[in-house]
Amino acid sequence: MEYVTIYVMGKEYQVPKGLTIMKALEETGYQFVRGAGCRGGFCGACGTVFRTRDSYKTKVGLACQTVIEDGMYLTQLPFYPANKALYDFKKLAPTGETLVALYPEVMRCIACNSCTKICPQDIKVMDYVNAAIRGDIAKCADLSFNCVMCGLCATRCPAEIVQYYVGLLARRLYGAYIAKPAPHLKTRQKEMAEKKFDDEIAKLMAMDTKALKELYDKRDIEK
Amino acid sequence: MYPQSMQESIKKLNETRNFRMTQKIPLLTPEAKQDLLKRFHPDYIEQAMREIKVGPNKGERTPHEFADLFEAYSLIDPQKIEIKKPDIETDVLIIGGGGAGCAAALEAQAAGAKVLLVTKLRIADANTTMAQGGIQAADKPNDSPAIHYLDVMGGGGYKNVPDLVRALVMDAPEIIAWLEELGVMFDKSPDGTMQTIHGGGTSRKRMHACRDYTGLEIMRCIKDEIINRQVKIMEFTSAIELLTDEDGRCAGALLLNMENGQLLVAQAKATIIATGGAGRLHVQGFPTSNHYGATADGLVIAYRAGAKLVFMDTIQYHPTGVAFPTQIVGQLITEKTRSIGAQLVNAEGERFIYELETRDTVASAIIRECKERKKGVTTPTGDSGVWLDTPLIEIVSGPGTILKQLPAMYRQFINFGIDMTKEPILTYPTQHYQNGGILINDKGESNIPGLYVAGEAAGGIHGRNRLMGNSLLDILVFGRRAGRASAQVALGLFPNKKNSKIGLTHIIKYHQELEAIGIPKERKSPKLLPDYRPAPFKGHFTFLDRLNM
Repeated sequence: MEYVTIYVMGKEYQVPKGLTIMKALEETGYQFVRGAGCRGGFCGACGTVFRTRDSYKTKVGLACQTVIEDGMYLTQLPFYPANKALYDFKKLAPTGETLVALYPEVMRCIACNSCTKICPQDIKVMDYVNAAIRGDIAKCADLSFNCVMCGLCATRCPAEIVQYYVGLLARRLYGAYIAKPAPHLKTRQKEMAEKKFDDEIAKLMAMDTKALKELYDKRDIEK
Repeated sequence: MYPQSMQESIKKLNETRNFRMTQKIPLLTPEAKQDLLKRFHPDYIEQAMREIKVGPNKGERTPHEFADLFEAYSLIDPQKIEIKKPDIETDVLIIGGGGAGCAAALEAQAAGAKVLLVTKLRIADANTTMAQGGIQAADKPNDSPAIHYLDVMGGGGYKNVPDLVRALVMDAPEIIAWLEELGVMFDKSPDGTMQTIHGGGTSRKRMHACRDYTGLEIMRCIKDEIINRQVKIMEFTSAIELLTDEDGRCAGALLLNMENGQLLVAQAKATIIATGGAGRLHVQGFPTSNHYGATADGLVIAYRAGAKLVFMDTIQYHPTGVAFPTQIVGQLITEKTRSIGAQLVNAEGERFIYELETRDTVASAIIRECKERKKGVTTPTGDSGVWLDTPLIEIVSGPGTILKQLPAMYRQFINFGIDMTKEPILTYPTQHYQNGGILINDKGESNIPGLYVAGEAAGGIHGRNRLMGNSLLDILVFGRRAGRASAQVALGLFPNKKNSKIGLTHIIKYHQELEAIGIPKERKSPKLLPDYRPAPFKGHFTFLDRLNM
C-alpha cells in the first residue's frame, strides 16, 4: 500500500493514500465525538482548514468529502462562535431592511471575497452578501441555497459578518413571503377541514389484505 | 475518473442509450416481485438473523447486529447509581435532535410545556439533513390521501398499522403548509404550484422537493425556529438509560455528557425518543447512507424498559448507494435521479428492472444482476455494481437539469473527477432505513406509559418497506403528534401519579435475565458511536472510557 504524510495539528502521521481526511484521522487513532456528523457532505460538522507545501494559500474542505494530499497540514474547525439573531419570524417583512436590522454588520462588507474563496461548497458567498445589502432577497436565497452551514466563511470575514445566518434568513423570507403559496395546497387544506376524504380512508382501513391488494394491483399510475 | 477496466463497460452503455430510451420495461407482476424478493433481498438470508433471547420481543428474529445490542448489559452498574434528587427536572424530555425531535420540541413548547432536548451530536446531525429526494403529500387535484394510503400499504406489504398510515397521509397536506409558512424553499412554478414528481411505488406525482437538499432545507428552517423560540437544548449529550418509576412509567433518562463523561439524571413527566435509525450497525456488513450517530440507541434503552418493537426483521437497503469511488462507498444517490430519467444499466449496457419499482424490489434486482447473473461492473477494489445512466437525465429532462436539480450529487462526484452529466455513476445497495422500530399508536405513544417515540425509531407506519418521501413526512407528522400528546400529559391534562420513586430497577431486572441465559459480561450497549479506527486502536481509548473515571 502506498502511504502519504499528513500533519494533524502539526503532528506527523503516515496514512494510506487515497483516504478522505475523515478516514485518515480515524486511521491515526482518533475517534470522533466532535468534527463528524453525516459523513456525506450535508451537515457541515467537519469543516477542515489545511495548507500544502506547494502553495501559500489556505485551503478548506469538508473532511468527509476531501481526499488527503501528501504534505497536508490540517486542523478541523468543528465549531466557531457566531451570534444568530433571534426573531419572531411571523412578524418579519421580506425586505432588505429586515436583513440589515437583524444583521447590521453586513453593511461592513469590504468586498474582499475571502468568504467565497474559503467556501467548501463553492458558493459565491460575497455575492449573496451583496445581494442582501441591495435588498435582493430572491438572489440572496438562490445563491446561498447549497449552504451546509459549516461556518468557515465567518472564520475568515474581516468585517465579522456571519454570512450563513444571513443566507438562512433570506431563504426563509423568500420561501414564506416572496415565493407564491401553492394554490392547490390551500384547496386541499379546505377539503381536509371539510372531512372530504374521511369516509374513503375509513373504507380502506376496513378492508382486508386481499381486497386492498386487488385495489393496489390495478391502481392507475400517473404518466 | 474511471479506470480503463471500467471504461469498456461505459462504451457499451453509451452504445445502447438510444435503444434504451424507447425501451419499455413493465412493472413486475406481484408474483414475480415476490419471487425476486425471496431470492435476493438481504432480509431473506436465514443465517443473517437470530431469535432474540430476552425482553418483550423474545423469540422474534432480528439481524445479529441488533440482537447483540439487545442481549447486552448497560454501560453503567444500576446498583451503584443512587438517585436522590434529579439534576434536571422538565416536563418533556426529548432524546434526539433530528427532524422528529425538533418538530416535537416546537409543538410541546408551543403547547406550554417546559422542554429539554438532548442530542449526542449537534442539533441537525441527523438522517433528516441527508434526505435528498423529497417529501410526499397528496395535495394535487388528481391525488388524494386515500390514494396515498393505498400506495403506502402496498409498499409496506400490507403489514403497516392502518391507524398510523391514516395519520401519515391525512396530516401530510398540513405538514407541507406548515413548512411553507416556515419558509422552506420548495421547487415551485412561478404561480406557486409545487413541482412534484414520482418516487418508487407512488401512483401520483406527489414528491415535493427542494432541489436535492430537501432534508437539509427543512432541517435548517426547523433548527432556526428551535433557536428563535429558545428551546432548551443540550448538545453532545446522549441518553444511556431510561428512568422508570414504581409503576413502570417512564420518568426521564440517565444522560451522558459525551465530552467529559458526566452522568446527569433528567426527570421528566413525559419522554420522547427520537433517536433515529441504525445504519451505523452495518447489518450484514453493508455500507450505509446514514449519519455518524445512527446506532439504534433509543431502541436499546426503550427495549430494556419493556417497549415492544415491531418489524425488526426488515431493513431497507437503498438500491443506489455509491459503489465507486471507494472513498464515498455507501453514500446515497437519491431516488430522484431515477425519478427524473436516469436508468439502471448492467455491465453489458442492458436495463434489467423498471427503475421506479419499490426500493426493496430495485435493490433485489441489482443484487441479482451482480451476484447471480454476473453482469455487474467490477471496481478496482473488487466490488461490484451497476450503472446509473445519469447523462440520460440531461437528454430526457434538458441540459442543465443535473446542476439545477441535483447540485449536491454533482458536487459529490466532481470532487473525485467524475462528471455525472457526461459519465454514468456506479451504484450498489446500501443500508438506508430501519423499517421497524418501537411500536407506537397514532399519538406517538409506546406501550410504556409516559414514553413517546417519533421518527425512524418508531415502527409500524411503513410496514415492511418504506416508500421514498414518506420518511421526511413521518418524522414531522409523528414528531408533532408526540410533541402535542406529551405536552398534554406534562400539563396534567391526563392524571400523572406523583411521588413515585424513580430509578433503574428495570435495568437490574434485565441484567438478571441476561445473566440467567449466560450473556457475556463484556457485551454492552447502547453503542452511541461507531469505532472506525484500525487495530490496535479499535475498542481502546474510546470516549466511553471517560464514563468509568
